[in-house]
Order: sequence, then C-alpha cells, then structure tokens
Amino acid sequence: MLRRGFAFAALGLALLAGTLVAGPALSATTQQEPRDVHWSFEGPFGKFDKAQLQRGYKVYREVCAACHSMNLMYLRNLGQKGGPFYDPKYANPNENPYVKSLAKDLQVKDIDQDTGDVISRPAGPADRFPAPFPNEPAARASNGGALPPDLSVMAKAREGGPAYVYSLLTGFRDAPKGMTVPAGKYYNPYMPGDMSSFWSGPKDKVPEGGFISMPPPLAPDKVTFDDKSPSTVSQQAKDVSAFLAWAAEPKMEERKAFGLGAMIYLLIFAGLLYASYKKIWKNVAH
Amino acid sequence: MSGHSTYEPKSGFERWLDSRLPILRFASDTIVTFPTPKNLNFWWTFGGILALMLGIQIVTGVILAMHYVPQVDMAFASVQRIKRDVNYGWLIQGLHANGASMFFLAVYLHMFRGLYYGSYKAPREVLWILGCVIYLLMIGTAFFGYVLPWGQMSFHGAVVITNLIGAIPVVGPSITTWLWGGFAVDDPTLNRFFSLHYLLPFMIAGVVGLHVWALHVPGNSNPTGVNVSSAQDTVPFHPYYTVKDGFAISVFLILYASFVFYMPDALGDAANYIQANPLVTPAHIVPEWYLLPFYAILRAVPNKLMGVILMFGAIATLFVLPWLDTSKVRSMRYRPTARLYFFIFVLACIVLGFCGAHAPDDLVIPGVSGLQVGDANLNSFVWLSRIGALYYFAYFWVITPALGLFETPLPVPESISEPVLSHPAMTPAGAVASPEKRG
Repeated sequence: MLRRGFAFAALGLALLAGTLVAGPALSATTQQEPRDVHWSFEGPFGKFDKAQLQRGYKVYREVCAACHSMNLMYLRNLGQKGGPFYDPKYANPNENPYVKSLAKDLQVKDIDQDTGDVISRPAGPADRFPAPFPNEPAARASNGGALPPDLSVMAKAREGGPAYVYSLLTGFRDAPKGMTVPAGKYYNPYMPGDMSSFWSGPKDKVPEGGFISMPPPLAPDKVTFDDKSPSTVSQQAKDVSAFLAWAAEPKMEERKAFGLGAMIYLLIFAGLLYASYKKIWKNVAH
Repeated sequence: MSGHSTYEPKSGFERWLDSRLPILRFASDTIVTFPTPKNLNFWWTFGGILALMLGIQIVTGVILAMHYVPQVDMAFASVQRIKRDVNYGWLIQGLHANGASMFFLAVYLHMFRGLYYGSYKAPREVLWILGCVIYLLMIGTAFFGYVLPWGQMSFHGAVVITNLIGAIPVVGPSITTWLWGGFAVDDPTLNRFFSLHYLLPFMIAGVVGLHVWALHVPGNSNPTGVNVSSAQDTVPFHPYYTVKDGFAISVFLILYASFVFYMPDALGDAANYIQANPLVTPAHIVPEWYLLPFYAILRAVPNKLMGVILMFGAIATLFVLPWLDTSKVRSMRYRPTARLYFFIFVLACIVLGFCGAHAPDDLVIPGVSGLQVGDANLNSFVWLSRIGALYYFAYFWVITPALGLFETPLPVPESISEPVLSHPAMTPAGAVASPEKRG
C-alpha cells in the first residue's frame, strides 16, 4: 500500500515537473480605487433618500438618457413603493398622476392597430423607459463606434457599485504629461485600462486608469433641480449614482425590512432551541 | 437498518399499515429511536444542515424555474424580472443564489470533519464514497446553475470549463461539440444546462438516501473514533439530536439570512450583472468561491491536459482515501502528528482558494520583485498554487499512508463513555487505556 502510494506521488511529481514550460503574458490592467462616498442606503437599516432619487432621475432623464438605455426599467417603477415618486395614495403605480405626467412627455414606438404602421405615441406608466437608439449599430454609429451600456443594473455590474459610478462621473481630468490620448477618447483614472502603450514617461510610473469613449457628461448647472439643491457636478453625480443604485435593486428596502423580521425571528428561535438543548442534555454526561 | 426495531404500532391504523408498508417503523427507527453516540460534537450537525440546504435549493429552484426563460436573449432579463416583478422573487432568487454558497460551506465543513475524525475508515468506506458522489454531483449542479443567469461570468465560465473537455486527446473536440450542441456555447447549451440543472438535484436527493442508509448500518462515528460498545454509549436520536441539530441549523440560518438580506451580492461577481457577450471576454474569469481551489490546481500547470487531469484527480483522490490511510486510529484527537499535517492541509486548501481568485502572474507579496524560477516568478500565484497543489496531493498519497506507519498515537480510550467518566473531575489522572500499538 505504502509503496504504491509513494510510486503514485513520485509519478505525480515527475509529471508536474515535466510540464513546467513557458508561462502566459503579463496583463497590467489598472484603475484607481473608487472614492469613499457616504450613501443613505448603506448598512442594514439604510434607505434611499427619496429627494435624491428624484434629482437622480432628473439627471438620468436630461443627461444620461440621451445615449444610455435602461431596458429593464418600466416607467411605473418610478411610482412603486420605494420608488422616487411613490405616493401612498396610489398603491397601483400605474395610477400615480405624477408618473403619468412624466411618462406623457416621453415618446415610444408602437404599431397603429388600424394601419399596421410604426407610430410614435406618448408613453404611459406601463411602458419601458424608451431607449435612445433603435438598435446596437445605431447606438455605435452615433457614438464614434462605442456602445453606451445599458444602465439598468450598472450600479451592480461594476466593482464598487454606486461609488464607482460617482468616481467615474467626477473623475475626468486632463491626461498627465507624457500620455497620448487617442482621438475620441477621454482619460479617466477610475476606468479600468492599461496605459503602458500610451505612456512615454518612466516605465514604473504608468498612470492608473484607462480611456473611456464618453466625454465628461456633467457640468455645473446642467440640470436644474426642482428642490433648489446646488447643481454642482458632484451633486449631480451623487444623485444619479443613487438613482442607479435604486434602479439596480428597487426591492432593496423591502429586502432589508423583511430581513429585520427574519433576523429577530431566527435569533429568538435559536435562543429557544439552545435552552431546549441545554435542558434535554442536562443529565447526559457527554 | 442495523439492530432490531423497537417500534411498536400504537393504533389500529398503524398496525394495519405496519404489516403492509412499514414506513412508520422505518421513520421511527431512523430518526426517532436510532441509537446515536452521545459524544457527537457540533461538527456532526452539518449532515442535518446539508439536508435542509438541499431541500431549500430544490423548493426555491422549482419556483424559479416557473419564471426563468432559458433562451440566450431573454435569460438575463428573466432573472432580473424575477427579482423585480415576481412576488418575493428577490427573496426566492436570493435564497437560491446564496444557498449554493451556504450548501458548499456546509459540505466543506462536513468533509473536513470526516477527514479529521477518520469517518471514512472501515466500516464506513461506502458511506464516504457516496458522500464523494454527492459532492461531485453538487459541483456539476452548481456549475450548470451558475451558467443560467447568462451574465458575463456565466457565459465565459461555461466556455472555459467546457473547453477543458477539448484537452482530451483525439476525441476531446468532438465531445465538446456534442456537449455544446453546436460549435460554441449558445442557445442549445443553455437549454441543456437548464435541463441538467433541474435533473441533478434529484439525483443528489437519491444518493443522499443511499448515504443515510449507509450511515444507519454501522451508525455514526464519533469524536473518539471508538466503536459504540454498549447502550450506555448512545442516546436515542430524538429528542437528543433533533434538538442539537435544530439549534445548529438555526445558527446556520442566521449566517445564511445575513447574506440573503444584507449582502446578497457579496459572494457573487459584479461581471455577472453584465449580460453575456461572446465578443467581450472579462479580464479575469473566475468561478464561484467554492470551486476556486480546483481552479488554482487547474492553472498551476501550463499544460492544459495535465491541469485537467490534476483537477479531476484532486476529487478522484477522495474516493480512494479509505485505502490510502494506513492508521488504525480513527480520530485525530489521538494522532497529534496527523493533526498537524491535517491543519496544514486545511491551510493549503484555503491558500489554493486565494490562488484561484488571483491572476496567476499577480505577485503574492506586492512590491517584492521575486525570483524567476522555471517559467514563472517564485513570488507569483503560479508558484503558490503549485506548492498548494503539491501539498494537497502529497497529503493524501504520501503523508496519510506514511503517518499510519510511523507516527505514535496517543492512548485511545476503551469506550465512548470512558473519556467522560475519566474526566479529571471524576477520576484521578492517568486512568486511561494502554497506549495504542503502532500501525
């Protein structure tokens, strides 16, 4: 038995040693860590700030929506429980007048039921967020070949989540001296990338970050907030990041509220079982 | 089951049923009166936890399957629809996705317990092998399940793993095409993975039945590794172990719930929130945490076929473990030398997990340039995974066989009751059995 074991081990070692040949090339993708941002929805009791979600929606609608779709979102979501325009008077978000009026300002494609023609009509709460482009080639054609990603779950699709979105939106800066920026690209230290082939400076000081095809989208006073909040780039970025965090998980508040009940229940249940366990085993030496 | 049955039908109906289908007798013998060693510690509660996890995964999975759409253009959105529009869909999906991680956490602790206390040794070899079969089926189920949300990591993970089959000489590429149902991971692949993901858990449930059957023939092992010698050594399963397992299950559920309700995405990869795109490969393709050690072993060798052989060999090794261990002492409680090597083995598994999560060329200690040895930097995760993989195999194929022959175990108690009765508080020290003979 032992001899056989050793023989197998020796064989394994020999095979392992025999296969140590050329290794793969180095990858050097870098990016700056997202900034530390405080969010109202952090932690086990955190909730979305409704006013912030409303401002964030406005930033999305007036700035981001020009290029970015949110295909998983319906306009009714804006008026559902936990949403930016939720009104307890309208449990059914499709009846929420504010959501209805927001929807009416948007146009969606439809089919005329009498003629079969493609028509445009005002949207209703049951419609999806209208996409800015009819298809991917159209989106690429309008954006220098780059595809603006769908933002429905963007706040979950990047390491760092909303903090990453905030950092990226506020992170645009002039390229450092020694960096060649290709036409139609913008340097952003929070964007993952490999700058080594665009860098003429010292090899050990290659800047972190990458190129992004999106020009800096935000500017001071680009959006007028209805609640008179100062419309700085940082404020706009923070609000839209919070909005995207809500859109990525509209049921987050429900999840945490349910969790609190479940946790209390489980703790009591565990306590009772522990007491029963102690009582039942009291007279058993073990 | 072992021993004679103590079940007595209490009513006319029970007597009638007992002479036709003795299912109540079976239930009574297995989960009520079943004599269980009285010294089982909390490491023995993971069997019950695992049974519960299998149940939760099947129930939540059946509900998810009612809403999920296995089609490449719709799968990703259908999972999101479950989380957004299905009543309590966020909860059911969260329980299922995090349940997989909890299931594996429990199975690893269950397996490490078996390794430490020698639960795989005679007469429990078949029990252990059935456990290995369950584990293998679990890996398959988890892999198929991870593909279903059709995110970037789902898709590219499926590509990487199915491509491994292509490393088999001559027939590999044909088998891969056959598995894919085409020439790439695509709609037919997603459909069959969905079908298999629904099938395998029921196969697991079947093997669990055999596993429990094989457990009830020799009965539970126990922390001393000494066989049950008298009725004094045991207590009936109910209420003693129903309440103990129940308490452990409730504590485990608190951990599970803290992930589901407060960190639902902590164990997942952000890239899986991007819909699968065959044309864009993520920078780092990594499996879920519970498969990282095997992924590290796979990548430790530059030769693809060799990597695949080692990765499957790592699991195949577990099947033959009962015959690799030469020690007659079951429990490592009385094997201090073996215990040391066991803890290094646990450490090696964790280190391999870290290696699997990192790119092979990343530096282990940042800022130390390290030494080039062979094909890679000695300070890179390539070499760390090689050291880990070497220890993994050496532990089973060299250390375990050798220890049984060369180590000197501590004295083993005569019976399960003895260490309790000979507790310093009860008897003078030194009143233990003669030292166990070598080998």
